[in-house]
Amino acid sequence: MAVRDDVVNTIAAFSLFADLNGPQLEEVAHLFDETFFGEGERILRQGVSGSGFYIILEGTAAIRVNGVDRSSLKAGDYFGEISCLLGEVPIADIVAATPLRCLVLPGGQLEGFLTAHPKVMYRLLQGEARKLKNTTKWLS
Amino acid sequence: MLVGSGPGGLQLSYSLSRLGIDHAVLSDDAAPGGMFRRWPVFQRMLSWTKPFTGVPRTSRAYERYDWNSLIPDEDAHRAIMPPLMDGTSYFPSRPEMQKGLETFAERTGIRIRYGCHWESTRQDKQEFILGTSDGDYRAPVVVFAVGVAHPYRPPIPGLDQVPHYGDFRPVESYKDHRVFIVGKQNSGFEIATGLLPWARQLVLASPGATKLSVNTRTLVGVRARYVQPYEDAALAGGVIILDTTIEEVRQEGAGFIVRTRNATDGRELPMPADDVIAATGFVSPLRDLPALGVATFGQSHLPAQTPFWESATVPGLFFAGTLNQGSPGLKKHGIPSNSGAVQGYRYNARVLARHLAETRFDVRIPRPQLQPAETVRFLLNELSHGPELWHQRSYLARVVHVDGDRGISDEGILPLSYFIDASGPDAVAVALESNGQGDPYPAVYLRKNGVVSERLLAPHPLLDFTGTQYQRELGGILDPVLSASPSPA
Repeated sequence: MAVRDDVVNTIAAFSLFADLNGPQLEEVAHLFDETFFGEGERILRQGVSGSGFYIILEGTAAIRVNGVDRSSLKAGDYFGEISCLLGEVPIADIVAATPLRCLVLPGGQLEGFLTAHPKVMYRLLQGEARKLKNTTKWLS
Repeated sequence: MLVGSGPGGLQLSYSLSRLGIDHAVLSDDAAPGGMFRRWPVFQRMLSWTKPFTGVPRTSRAYERYDWNSLIPDEDAHRAIMPPLMDGTSYFPSRPEMQKGLETFAERTGIRIRYGCHWESTRQDKQEFILGTSDGDYRAPVVVFAVGVAHPYRPPIPGLDQVPHYGDFRPVESYKDHRVFIVGKQNSGFEIATGLLPWARQLVLASPGATKLSVNTRTLVGVRARYVQPYEDAALAGGVIILDTTIEEVRQEGAGFIVRTRNATDGRELPMPADDVIAATGFVSPLRDLPALGVATFGQSHLPAQTPFWESATVPGLFFAGTLNQGSPGLKKHGIPSNSGAVQGYRYNARVLARHLAETRFDVRIPRPQLQPAETVRFLLNELSHGPELWHQRSYLARVVHVDGDRGISDEGILPLSYFIDASGPDAVAVALESNGQGDPYPAVYLRKNGVVSERLLAPHPLLDFTGTQYQRELGGILDPVLSASPSPA
């Protein structure tokens, strides 16, 4: 599914893509697909292979582990990167808490995308570092 | 109510009729066929029908090789396409495809109110009211099978002044012209292929890199039929393929200047052209449905749908045909279903007809019973020969329920994402899957005590999954549920 024209303006405001110029943002909009999930629909499924890297354009989602909601995600947040980077099945469900519009990149294309856009890779690393810091804080 | 008389509308009407569901079909057109009454512009399909396969044409298994015939229950109406084709190509011509759809509608007795224009949609308590050129129609359930064939142009300055794919002129009128094609999907490459013997220069441009179906091993990408311009560009024969944004199309004299900008280095490259063609895709002609609350997404403005093709936001409104792309399913490894093509959505329509019959019209469709000893062979046979699984990989699945009291029942074909996400008795679903790299392989989803687990089996070089190794492996996976089923009487 190709991406709607308004997507370039939306992703221009996301921190993940803060270092990209106009033509590069347009390239991202063409590389990713757009997808939509109704409220309550699962996007990632714990234990099911073949998922992708998602960026939320509109709406909110819940991170659900063994049936318990652990955290929530909003526009500009992303998910699925851990299973794509490790080549493993997701360890959590992601469930649409409201109607949810996302961009998605197949898991197998994430490495090529990140190495072609090192600034995006750095921003993603910062995001992972923040998650690790929060988890460490929570554990201690 | 059903709106549309293309292949999706015809298949759904047929399948509803065979289940005894009264319905009316409205169509703006004068005869069946939908977009195939006009397109593709070069008058030949991209979907094949293999006349000779070693498989009887009256069998379900033949459907795997025939992407274009609609799918009846009666043997007499099966495989309508092969006898209509003249043997010059296994891709039917557009007129042959149109004839096939007309023949199916005529032989199976599908009744359609032609020349009836759907104008508006309202909702009144439990009913929908369709305003049409023949007056109002009321129904509790409406299915739209209106295609994705309304020309779309992205908001590039000046692009609204150039012809779209559908406005393509007779090929001779492009003789010795420099032609700039905006878009690098199949429609752009179809036009480029047709213009190779006519145009002086051909440029194809869009921001994304060209994908080829022979590389993706799916229908994603340019099909082999249209790869010749790609080879011409690769061998520096004169065709130019650009990965670039298009900033403006400006008329200059009798021709155009197309301003392009490279995404990687930001370099601007103005291109002169005698003709510019927007091969920039199509949108769904949904009229006032978004105002009624139907959520849409993507460049094609597809209606967002549940696994059973119901609007995700307006219950009671359903979709059939190529609009089914709005229900993407699992889309494993980024590979879409074949719901954008006849060979995919014809099966969706049959599943939808059963779903509507059971959930809206109190029809109970009998489930054949299986013995534990035959269940493994049954599922492996479906994986090897079931056309639904071959054409709708990771999307439709063969489902078997295992009930401690009632035994093992064949639940038929269901959307895979529905099976995985729904609760229910112990059960197994099998599907064929691809990862875009090698041959397709079987996937087994076992539901035990409400928890679904996934197991992927190895591919087979001859695509035959009936052998003893598969029997042993699937038997082992199913043992936890089959061993709990009642013994045969």
